[in-house]
Amino acid sequence: MLYDIFVDPFVQMAAQPDFLLQVLWEGFVAGILYALIALGFVLIFKASGVFNFAQGIMVVFAALTLVGLHEHGVPAYLALILAIAVMGLLAYTVERVVMRPLVNQPEIILLMATIGMTYFLVGFGEFVFGGEPKSMITEELGLPTGSTAFQIGERGLLILQHIDIAAAVIAIIMVAGLGIFFNKTRIGRALRAVADDHQAALSVGISLNQIWAIVWFAAGIVALATGIMWGARSDVSFALEIIAFKALPVLILGGFTSIPGAIVGGLVIGFGEKIGEIYWGPLVGGGIESWLAYIIALIFLLFRPQGMFGERIIERV
Amino acid sequence: MKTTLLATGLATAVIAGSFAVAPAQAEDSIYVPLFTYRTGPYAGSGIPIANGMEDYFAMLNERDGGIGGVKIDYDECETGYNTQKGVECYESVKAKNPVVITPYSTGITLQVIPKASVDRIPVLSMAYGLSAAAIGKTFPWIFNAPDTYWDGASAIIKDIARREGGLDGLKGKKIGYIFLDAGYGREPIPLLEDLAKKYGFEMTQYPVAGKEMQNQSSQWLNVRRDRPDYMIMWGWGAMNPTAVKEATKIRYSMDKFYGVWWSGGNDDAAAGGMAAKGFRTLNFNGVGKDYPVIQDIKKYVVDAGKSQVEPAKFADNLYNRGVYNAMLIAEGIRSAQEHSGKKVVTAEDVRNGLEVMNLDEKRIADMGMKDFMAPLKMSCEDHNGHGPLYIVEWDGKDWQKSGEWFEPMTDVVQPLLEAAADEYVKSNAPWPERDVPCAK
Repeated sequence: MLYDIFVDPFVQMAAQPDFLLQVLWEGFVAGILYALIALGFVLIFKASGVFNFAQGIMVVFAALTLVGLHEHGVPAYLALILAIAVMGLLAYTVERVVMRPLVNQPEIILLMATIGMTYFLVGFGEFVFGGEPKSMITEELGLPTGSTAFQIGERGLLILQHIDIAAAVIAIIMVAGLGIFFNKTRIGRALRAVADDHQAALSVGISLNQIWAIVWFAAGIVALATGIMWGARSDVSFALEIIAFKALPVLILGGFTSIPGAIVGGLVIGFGEKIGEIYWGPLVGGGIESWLAYIIALIFLLFRPQGMFGERIIERV
Repeated sequence: MKTTLLATGLATAVIAGSFAVAPAQAEDSIYVPLFTYRTGPYAGSGIPIANGMEDYFAMLNERDGGIGGVKIDYDECETGYNTQKGVECYESVKAKNPVVITPYSTGITLQVIPKASVDRIPVLSMAYGLSAAAIGKTFPWIFNAPDTYWDGASAIIKDIARREGGLDGLKGKKIGYIFLDAGYGREPIPLLEDLAKKYGFEMTQYPVAGKEMQNQSSQWLNVRRDRPDYMIMWGWGAMNPTAVKEATKIRYSMDKFYGVWWSGGNDDAAAGGMAAKGFRTLNFNGVGKDYPVIQDIKKYVVDAGKSQVEPAKFADNLYNRGVYNAMLIAEGIRSAQEHSGKKVVTAEDVRNGLEVMNLDEKRIADMGMKDFMAPLKMSCEDHNGHGPLYIVEWDGKDWQKSGEWFEPMTDVVQPLLEAAADEYVKSNAPWPERDVPCAK
């Protein structure tokens, strides 16, 4: 038993290095995708302290808008621009209809409001686009398809899907872009001020409403990117909504307010769950991936309760 | 004051309304509720089936004025493939005197099995649900024609054996089983384990949690490492297209990848495109439009603008499956009319009708279903029929029939079904004794 737990997995890794590389690659891609989802949660939490329960359905809604418009004859790139516009409209509506009337309400009320939004968007999405899954317009958007295989050793093979490489590149560009936006622009600095203290930000003339609309719009664009990448891996359906909750352990690990935390947390969870499932999963009959991520996150919390990059809050009596 | 008046008015309207809807179905119609799912993660599989069922009944009403001159009053109850919602649907339609219940989910079926004999409503779980429910002696109110999941699993093993030169060829082979980790996906495991022991092959399981349906890369990495000679899938909803895509990603030999009949949606295989060429599933309904029954549906329903099906998806494999399911219900009613001598039949009549149902070549031809389906006969003892199946293969664009109809391994499956029915009785004691006479 001890051998199976502490020795055999490493023997397997050494025996099939190409397979280990494949597992690490899949972990990296999964991590990047989890990080993208987590990013959407972080953006909104940073600005308003709201855990946006609707982030998952925003992923579905954004992707369905893109594919649905294309199905109705709109060229792919125009559909992409229109989908971004729809997410902008959604952000504006959320700010006017949900956030503004609930300003200064307890956070639990705002969470409930996002739960309500989730169910509204599910119903509205099904009403507009129907419940049938749709194929992502990967090629029409100019995203690469196919794969490249690398020979490793005599019999080894590492297969890289081009869409996965594209996902990694797009995620890195988005993170870099958001990093620059938040650190180098006036709106970004205003958002950080709002995140630190709403009332102090208001007192120096920062418009809370404007910031919220911008943040929800940014989260909408992240949702669209996430939807495109996940949709390309399977299809675009309402089942994708559930996948958004893969971001929860990432958030626990990386902290709810840190963009670098979302990225590093995503990668730790991505690598951790793949390696755990492949090399240790068979010991208990497999299927450990869905809860292993939470175990990793909870173990981490024992040592750093605020998450990897979360702010340490010390309140003195 | 205004508010009080409004509230009083509303309450009066609600009470009056509840009395207004209280009367049961019109006497010149037969009520058939259809449990469907057009929303949620399983809608991709649920929608074509719902369309197929609705359109078949619509066609019968339009073309023949119903069944035996009695209109079919059908409506859908949305379950979202959610067991709790399905049970709510069951409870809500009960008062409308349904003649048969079709749960369209193994989870819902398992919940309504104990209720059926109490409420005296037959349950038709067409090729899904509890395999042991085929034993009519134990489950007089449950029917699961034309094949159980255990028949399906045995048929796939039989086809693999054919390709390996006989059952002896299975010895030492490694067969992977990827499944939705729910009642549905777990159902054939006892049979597969039994066959693995009997024929000496190794079975490796790859469970996929419902919430991870679109995140299967770990399972397929395991498949790549284990290198099974064949893969079998029991998938549903978004699990199917994801699995097909992942299989192509690891360059698994698609002609060695089998799905049960519920993994055979057009969208399921199309997700893998040309790379999925060779992927195969079991089938018990015809594929394509070249059948008189499908043409009649087109003429009376689709072309008349009375269908919800998108033109491009008309007569897809799962749509035709829905047609087959509706046909079973309709034939149960027709058989009940003949058996009872009544036109407007009851649930008990339809239970009898299903028990004596005999769809022979002549009846199949009369229904416009020649080559669309195999003959099917049920009896007091056998509520399934264990009919022949065939394999369909994905050619990159559509499903094509591959090979001839063949029988599942009924001789192996039947004793196991009987043992499983006995086991069910023990673990659900006190299970009621059969209190309805055999229909003859």
